[in-house]
Amino acid sequence: MRPYLMKGHERPLTFLKYNREGDLLFSCAKDHTPTVWFADNGERLGTYNGHKGAVWCCDVSRDSRRLITGSADRSAKLWDVKSGTPLFTFEFDSPARSVDFAVGDKLAVITTDPFMEQTSAIHVKTISNDPDEQTAESALIITGPPRVRINGAVWGPLNRTIISAGEDATIRIWDSETGKMLNESSKETGHSKTITSLSMSEDGSHFLTGSSDKSAKLWDSRTLTILKTYETISPVNAVAMSPILEHVVIGGGQAAIDVTTTHHRAGNFDAKFFHKVLQEEIGCVKGHFGPINALAINPDGRSFSSGGEDGYIRLHHFDRDYFNIKM
Amino acid sequence: MGIDTMQRPGSATQKPPNKVRWGELEEDDGEDLDFLLPPPVVTGPDENGIKKITEYKFNDDGNKVKITTTIRIRKLAKARLTKAAIERRSWPKFGDAVHEDVGARLTMVSTEEILLERPRPPGSKEDTKPLGDISATPGAVLMVCRTCGKKGDHWTSKCPYKDLAAPPESFSDKPPTADTATSGTSKSGTYIHPGQRDGAKQLGSEMRPRRNEENSVRVTNLSEDTREPDLLELFRTFGAVSRVYVAVDQKTGMSRGFGFVNFVNKEDAERAINKLNGYGYDNLILRVEWATPRAN
Repeated sequence: MRPYLMKGHERPLTFLKYNREGDLLFSCAKDHTPTVWFADNGERLGTYNGHKGAVWCCDVSRDSRRLITGSADRSAKLWDVKSGTPLFTFEFDSPARSVDFAVGDKLAVITTDPFMEQTSAIHVKTISNDPDEQTAESALIITGPPRVRINGAVWGPLNRTIISAGEDATIRIWDSETGKMLNESSKETGHSKTITSLSMSEDGSHFLTGSSDKSAKLWDSRTLTILKTYETISPVNAVAMSPILEHVVIGGGQAAIDVTTTHHRAGNFDAKFFHKVLQEEIGCVKGHFGPINALAINPDGRSFSSGGEDGYIRLHHFDRDYFNIKM
Repeated sequence: MGIDTMQRPGSATQKPPNKVRWGELEEDDGEDLDFLLPPPVVTGPDENGIKKITEYKFNDDGNKVKITTTIRIRKLAKARLTKAAIERRSWPKFGDAVHEDVGARLTMVSTEEILLERPRPPGSKEDTKPLGDISATPGAVLMVCRTCGKKGDHWTSKCPYKDLAAPPESFSDKPPTADTATSGTSKSGTYIHPGQRDGAKQLGSEMRPRRNEENSVRVTNLSEDTREPDLLELFRTFGAVSRVYVAVDQKTGMSRGFGFVNFVNKEDAERAINKLNGYGYDNLILRVEWATPRAN
């Protein structure tokens, strides 16, 4: 494969997201402008100008009309995907770390960081069809444990639950209506360090987490049992699952702080493919000059993109033999 | 006189062939003699998608110049797109993308071919088995971990205690006398890399990729098309191969015509040398010999 290198961001990438049809790719970075690209040839379509801080996360509605972004400028913004105009701003007292539209796009979950006296919190917002009727009111606020950052929150099956994971290496399942905690992963069997990323499967039955403890784990989203564990040799920053093959991709690399003192080949800045069931490594894709912070697989399963600390997005279209790999 | 330009369209959009680049535009000061020139000829595209345009121009010195532009038209695989996606394709640019410089080149195609690198070459599952058997047999001295000193359990690179413990003195790279010498020089003000300073975390093993010098075979007179998988294919028949390397020119990306193959067993390496030295491969006669350790 000859990947497309997209150098639209001046700072490290933080998040990548394809829309449902897989023709648009949204990217967030520590510079202040989320960007949208055509996912086939990597051409830049537009930028969403308005945030005043690093943008940590984004999500796009099913009809590709609305974009929601969470930023370190203590706000989350709703955008019109086509024109790039901001439609609404949710203001918070601390940086917004993760955002996710519920199935049906009527609700969105936004998590905020612990900041000063604030504890981390999960906010559920109602999203109106008409942006003029949008209000900042939260349908539900769940306060997390003090001083522990939530790095990812996604909706569980049928929007009944919210699954959150964060710095305390614990995954929690919350009731999305009452805010009651329903389940919590155990410290003994789960991750031992910060969970950096969380990715839901297409059907919502299971999800994948990546952690600084150099592993990624596959969980059942109802019972919170560990189904599989994928071990690697460097901290995991990003995870993704293939929608068509039994493959998972995990990316990461040595922490950016250690990069200058190690050989670039020892950095392991590659995206590693694992067989989802057999937990065996299928292969790795090299190319980044820094740790991989974001990964996304196109919903058609034929291409994937990775975003690195080096500020590049690399858009790979799989070769034909990728689809014929036998384990 | 002729200028041949080769254009490779990198993106899906095809540059119109008759678009004149500014560098080819003539200045309007002289008399227009364009009518003297033969008309441009367009041939192709042929079955390989090669299209040739031959144009004639006067250059600055008034000489007639023939310009041949060769364009390869590549059809991209037909993608199934939904109506909504096709409509989105024609959306106008917005935000910073509106005033995008043509020369900004935000999106580029990698000049490097990136492969999904398999952790072990396909089909070599059986080959790795005997390796484990060797370690199981008592007295196997092949595997000695230089970090923890354990014999026959794992290689240095796979040492589970790599991160935990600094290597014991007896296994450190330099003899103790050299260590005192370096600490002496550090006092005298010579620069020492942070990773190698006294008391620094032992990152040395990560800094330099340690190369297995054992049973290394040098292969020279390789053809330029030979890649590592080809070499592996060739040498795998002789026994378990632990490393294959083909020297590639950093600038041009072309093979430099030699490579190295490491075998797990010395006998296999010996057999490979005996068999493949002088073997005709890709129209060239291979030279296979023991790799001499680099002197330093």
